[in-house]
Amino acid sequence: MSGRSCCETCSPKKRARWILDSVETSIGPVSRVATRWTWRDGFGACAVRSGIGRMRYTVPPGLYAVGTPDQDAPVLVTANYKLSFDHVRRAMDGLDAWIVVLDTNGINVWCAAGKGTFGTEELVARLDSSEVAQVVRHRTLVVPQLGAPGVAAYAVEQLTVFHVVYGPVRATDLPAFLRAGMRTTAAMRQVQFTLLDRLVLTPNELVRLLIPMVIVLACFVATAGLGRHEYRLTREQTLWVALAVGMNYLFGIVLTPALLPWLPGRAFATKGAIVGAAVAMALVWFGPFGWLDGLSVGLLSVAACSFLGLRFTGSSTYTSASGVRSEMAWALPLQGALILVGFAGWIAARFF
Amino acid sequence: MKYLKNVVTLRLNRDACMGCGRCLEVCPHGVFALADCKAVIMERDACMECGACARNCLAGALYVKNGVGCAVGILNAKLGRTSGCCGGEQACCCSCEPGNKT
Repeated sequence: MSGRSCCETCSPKKRARWILDSVETSIGPVSRVATRWTWRDGFGACAVRSGIGRMRYTVPPGLYAVGTPDQDAPVLVTANYKLSFDHVRRAMDGLDAWIVVLDTNGINVWCAAGKGTFGTEELVARLDSSEVAQVVRHRTLVVPQLGAPGVAAYAVEQLTVFHVVYGPVRATDLPAFLRAGMRTTAAMRQVQFTLLDRLVLTPNELVRLLIPMVIVLACFVATAGLGRHEYRLTREQTLWVALAVGMNYLFGIVLTPALLPWLPGRAFATKGAIVGAAVAMALVWFGPFGWLDGLSVGLLSVAACSFLGLRFTGSSTYTSASGVRSEMAWALPLQGALILVGFAGWIAARFF
Repeated sequence: MKYLKNVVTLRLNRDACMGCGRCLEVCPHGVFALADCKAVIMERDACMECGACARNCLAGALYVKNGVGCAVGILNAKLGRTSGCCGGEQACCCSCEPGNKT
C-alpha cells in the first residue's frame, strides 16, 4: 500500500513529519503521532478543502499511538484520508490511545462507509494485520458512528475477538466520550450541518466548476456581439455578460449553501432557483438589458442556480438518494427547458 | 433541516425486532426510538438512507435501499460513468477525480 500514489509522507523510507517517535510494544515499535497540527497540516487541510491534491492526501494504513498508551488504552478506528486522521489525532491531544487506520483509498469515513471501503471486511483484515489484539488487553474497539453504514458491528464480533462501540460523529467529542466511559450523548450522535460546515464545502465546488464557468462565459461573450448587420461587441456588453455569469457562478455555489435553512422549499433545485431569481432581478434592475434580454437572463439564471443547488445535494448531510432521484426527475427537464428557451431568447435579442 | 416528504425506502419489521437498540445508536438523524422494547420509526422523513441501521441490524428487521443522496453521482451513474473508488454501482459524487481508479 505504501508507495502507491503517495505524497512524501507515505514513503516507507522517510518518516512522515507528523510522526514523533515510536512506542515499544510486544509486537515491536509502533509510530507515535503528534497531536498538534503544524502549519503543514493546516495548509494541507486548506488545500484539500479547495480540491487540490485531495486524492493523494493519505496516511499509510496500520496501527499508530497517541500519547503514551498502555495495554488498557482505548483503540480508535479511522480512515486513511489524512484530514480525517488529523482531526482524530488533534482531538486526542493530552490523551493516550491506539489508532487503527483502515485503507479507504484516502476517502473520509462517512463516504468510504457508504461505498463499503470503510467496512467490516477491511476492519477485520486490518485488525489481523496490525496485531492489535496483542497490543491491548481489553477487547473494545471504538468505531466512528459514521462508519456504521459500512461496518456491521455484530459481524465484527463474530469474526474477531473484539466488540464494537460506536463513538461520536465528530472527533472533537472523543475526549468527552472517553471520559463518560465510552458513552455517546444524543447530541454526539446527530449529524449537523452548520453554516460553517456548509461554507467549507464551497471552495471545492468553485475550483471544480471554474473551467466550465469560463467556457459558458466565452459562449455568452462571443454571442453578445451578434447583430443583424454586423458583429459588434462593446466593452460595456462584455462587462455585463461577465458580471451576469460571474454572479450566477458565485451566488449559485456559495449563497444557496449559506442560506440553505432559510430558503423556502425542501428540494435543493427549488432553493437554488430562488437564489437564481434574486440574482436575475438584481441584474435586470441594474443592468442595461432590454425586455427580451432581461427575460432570457432571468430564465438562464434560474436554471443555472437551480442546477448548482441540485449539485449541492451531494455535499449535504441529510439528502436521501430516493429524494434526490425524485427531485431530479422534475428538476433536470425543467432546467434543460429553461436553458434552451433562455438561450434562444438571448440569441433572438441580438437580432431584434 | 428536513428533506422531501414520503420518499425514503426505510422499512421496519417490528415483529422481527429484538430491541437491541443498535439502530438508535448508529442513526445520524435520530430517526428511531424504543417503545415497548422494540424500535419504532419516529422521524421517517429525516432518514437519509445511509444504511447504517440495516447494516447493523442482527435481526434483519430493517430494510433501506441505501445510496448516496448526490445528484452528480446519480447522474454519472445514469451516464454509465462509474469510478473505482466508489464501487461499481454507485458513481462518485464527492471525492473522485478522473484517472483515480483503484
